[in-house]
Amino acid sequence: MITAGKGRLVALAAVAVGATVALAGCASGDPLDSGSDGGDATSETIVVGSQDYYSNEIIAEIYAQALEENGYTVDRQFRIGQREVYIPEIESGAIDVFPEYTGNLLQYYVPDTTATTSDDVYAELSTSLPDGLRVLEQSPATDQDSYNVTRTFSDDNGVTSLADLKDVSTPITLGGNSELETRPYGPEGLQSVYGVEVAFTPIEDSGGPLTLKALVDDQVQMVNIYSADPNIAANDLVTLEDPEGLFLASNVVPVVSDKVNDEIAEIIDTVSAALTAEELVALNALSVNEQQSAEQIATDWLAEQSLF
Amino acid sequence: MNLFLDAFAWLADPANWTGPGSIPQRIAEHLWVSALVLVIASAIALPLGALVGHTGRGREPAVMVSGGLRALPTLGVLTLFGIWIGIGLAAPVIALVILAIPPLLAGAYAGFESVDRRTIDAARAMGMRELQVVGKVELPLGMPIVVGGIRSATLQIIATATLAAYIADEGLGRFIFAGLKTRDYGEMLGGSILVILLALVIDGCFALTQRVVVPAGVRATRTAELRSGPTRSRTIVGRPNTEGNQE
Repeated sequence: MITAGKGRLVALAAVAVGATVALAGCASGDPLDSGSDGGDATSETIVVGSQDYYSNEIIAEIYAQALEENGYTVDRQFRIGQREVYIPEIESGAIDVFPEYTGNLLQYYVPDTTATTSDDVYAELSTSLPDGLRVLEQSPATDQDSYNVTRTFSDDNGVTSLADLKDVSTPITLGGNSELETRPYGPEGLQSVYGVEVAFTPIEDSGGPLTLKALVDDQVQMVNIYSADPNIAANDLVTLEDPEGLFLASNVVPVVSDKVNDEIAEIIDTVSAALTAEELVALNALSVNEQQSAEQIATDWLAEQSLF
Repeated sequence: MNLFLDAFAWLADPANWTGPGSIPQRIAEHLWVSALVLVIASAIALPLGALVGHTGRGREPAVMVSGGLRALPTLGVLTLFGIWIGIGLAAPVIALVILAIPPLLAGAYAGFESVDRRTIDAARAMGMRELQVVGKVELPLGMPIVVGGIRSATLQIIATATLAAYIADEGLGRFIFAGLKTRDYGEMLGGSILVILLALVIDGCFALTQRVVVPAGVRATRTAELRSGPTRSRTIVGRPNTEGNQE
């Protein structure tokens, strides 16, 4: 009575294992495999990369199109996942231009940095990068961690800044990705810098719809959302001010390889200068609210700015 | 190799074994979530599977539904329900129940179907009522396969319950997510090893149970002839009711 049942289970197990292996293959697949030859091509081909984050892809697409307008051939290597995957690719010269964020990148190289203001972070970052890697001018646009509450919570408790939180009588639960719990600006930082005690709930979608839903439903009272996220405005959230500099400032900054000469640097610096914080939120909104492609958004923006 | 050393160092660190968010607490949460899911999914799938296996009706829809459910990506279901009902345990539990139903259902109807039709006819001839046939003949004889379904479901639940940590402060998945995002791969791998060990230990328990639930009579008479007998292979093909069971 057992044999066939076991056979079925074995078959089931085989399918499960097969699927696991296949999925594991996907997860660890190197997105650069398909086109990593790009880096070895002629020196006129500039390889532009981006994170697997829509806003980052828009910025990368803007760099790419700006370079193309100026006669360069661009090889796009977009939507590469984690920093630990793509940084080695930039270091090795397989990628030439990559939009990054000053604070997060500094934290990658100097985990215990004490710099928090925009200029300090940029200055320290410039000297902390390994050989073969440098940053161009930082853009005024920022996309950094920020704590947000609902308009109702803000009004009811008279809270507009993190410093106001210690006077709130009701318990506060902070929601965000699980790593937030151990980050210097997480619950511990709130306690030591602002004297605020918060509980923590992990919501693993980086300030996405689940996080917003939890905040709006009052399951958590404060959430970490990137400051350039158009959902902050769309949901009428209040971003709490950070007078003591709990968060690392994180401006958009291009990381480039040695292949990027002064002429290319100048093109990208022009783009960076034109990209303000408000512009970046507006560009993100086009993607989130109107489902426009990064390509479309970049083309329209460059045409509107007429930088070149 | 270094990663494994990191993982074992993380596992061996006494600081990880006490206080809030410690390893024992996460294991307990993981088991609690898994048990909850198993109970709910069993309550839905086992009676349904028994009904299908006993009557032979509704087999096609049952196969189709369980096959279809299997194709659903659990993380997608979790996110969908999370957006609908909010964060916390509810959404992951629903997603895991959906994951667990197909193997339970398949185990239940395959178990009930696998019973030799001649045995059932004999039971009827002795004057047993339907419920007696189900409870005294089909259930005990089909039990090893039913337990096999529960075993397979449990393994999947324990392995996938790590997703509970996606939107709730629960379970061993917390170590995996936190370790991944903070590049503490020792923690991530250590958490994964705990999940694997947990799954293996529980699976071992079920393997024993599966042995124990074979009725004594069946074990005594289990011969090569009986095991590869024609009734069994026919039930696997899936048309058990065509033979000698006209009611």
